[in-house]
Amino acid sequence: MGMHSFGNRANAFVTFAVTILAVMCSLASLSDNFNVHTPTADVKVFNINWFQKQPNGNDEVSLTLNISADLSSMFTWNTKQVFVFVAAEYETPQNALNQVSLWDGIIPSKEHAKFWIHTTNKYRFIDQGSNLRGKDFNLTLHWHIMPQTGKMFADKIVMTGYRLPEEYR
Amino acid sequence: MDWQGQKHSEFLMQILLVVFAVVAFAVGYAIESFQMMMLIYASGVFLTALITVPNWPFFNRHPLKWLDPSEADRHPKPQATAAASKKKASKQK
Repeated sequence: MGMHSFGNRANAFVTFAVTILAVMCSLASLSDNFNVHTPTADVKVFNINWFQKQPNGNDEVSLTLNISADLSSMFTWNTKQVFVFVAAEYETPQNALNQVSLWDGIIPSKEHAKFWIHTTNKYRFIDQGSNLRGKDFNLTLHWHIMPQTGKMFADKIVMTGYRLPEEYR
Repeated sequence: MDWQGQKHSEFLMQILLVVFAVVAFAVGYAIESFQMMMLIYASGVFLTALITVPNWPFFNRHPLKWLDPSEADRHPKPQATAAASKKKASKQK
């Protein structure tokens, strides 16, 4: 093996090619910062199906939600998918912030980013205690923008003014 | 590969890869396709490897001019020198 053999050149080549690839991926990730996203979201509580106290003392409520959102402005050339979830957020004497995930979804492309869904809560809305009667709560749409490469962005839209009934039903 | 060839192949390798990377990024960004960027760069990497890694005749146009053997014969040298020059010659690829 000489100082400049086939293997030596192949090694230098692969090293340089992979370094350049890393630079390209970094630039692609940086280019995401130029994207200004203006998502819109609206969640309506269509119906409160039932509301009860479990034998162990925890409150549980079943909701039907109308979720509509336009997240298409989040998608750039470096976006793989967007993960979204709707959480009920409220305050109790024990905890300043309680978050209960009610629904989630994966948006695979820009074409699917404008959607409207009519659904009961996908995950159970249970309070660790008996704090839900007459409780004011927020419904928050959280999202994580997952890139092909580089930095992941996360943000949310908080929707206020929801209230649970005073009585079990 | 001779000395000039080594210099050329390294220079070519770096220039070609950077040019392909710039083109790939520009096209990918313009048509908003990450996949297209990767395809262009992958093709560039393949082509560049083909051009700059094998020992093509192109890289052997400047052979070293060794001293003529008859000239060496007129000045007999000790054994050690002969062994050293033989070793050096085998190093060239």
